[in-house]
Amino acid sequence: MSSESRIALVAGHADFAAGLISAVEAITGQGARLVPIQVRGLCGDDIQALLRQKLTESGARVIFTDLQAGSCTMAARRVLHDVPGSVLVAGANLPMLLDFVLAPPGESTTAAVTAAERGRAAVTVHGEKK
Amino acid sequence: MTLVLNRIDDRLIHGQVVVGWGQPLDVRFIVLVDDTVAASDWEQELYRMGVPPEMDVRFHSAADAPRYLDGYREEARAGILLTGDIPTMRRLVVEAGVRDVNVGGIHHRAGRTQHLRYVFLTPEEQDALRSIANEGAVVTAQDVPAARAVPLEELLASREGA
Repeated sequence: MSSESRIALVAGHADFAAGLISAVEAITGQGARLVPIQVRGLCGDDIQALLRQKLTESGARVIFTDLQAGSCTMAARRVLHDVPGSVLVAGANLPMLLDFVLAPPGESTTAAVTAAERGRAAVTVHGEKK
Repeated sequence: MTLVLNRIDDRLIHGQVVVGWGQPLDVRFIVLVDDTVAASDWEQELYRMGVPPEMDVRFHSAADAPRYLDGYREEARAGILLTGDIPTMRRLVVEAGVRDVNVGGIHHRAGRTQHLRYVFLTPEEQDALRSIANEGAVVTAQDVPAARAVPLEELLASREGA
């Protein structure tokens, strides 16, 4: 799979996905590689149905979510349980998504795993007490 | 401490429960009462993976739960009682002495009308909430701790998105 087909869903609370994707677009111009999922007002079953629909429409095998305990993460786990070779990354941040869209050509799932590591490493604290 | 929140939420364990309520109330366990989840190891593992390591999750069916609730109320740590629907919570009100009910999230589905941003109800569900109140429980709607607790009659009279 080339980077040209690298697509992922981004799902989370409120406008989490749209906000992060707008930042990715502003920085890289690659925001179209990320599909925002907005779930306000939806029950768990409807979130699952929406994720399934967007996976089918986009061909994505990767979902980024905001919170490990979040309803999007729960729904994504259920949906991807039936999708072999898929990847779910919970706890997504901007450095992670930037790394994903800018990764060299290759499998999107491999890029997601690498991006998750980069996103984790990108969290720094300045001015901490000694 | 005891069960500090008795919540109806069709998303069951999710961010508002674990973080929104769980952190300020220092919640250390969740009692999840749901027949489907109680019958499935896979579902239980799914929900266990969603909570931080310091938080336990106990699973019960609606029939099973009433005889365990007194024990949970005597725990030294704070806990949340959680059901995914109104009938299950009503059963716990009637059979296990639950006296305050938080309507935390009942989301859109065909046949439901919107009352609050996070509460959609069928006429039957409205009646079920009234019957919980008639059993002596105080019913309010409140999605997160910082929000106002909306009394039942105000909840039922409210119409949003109309």
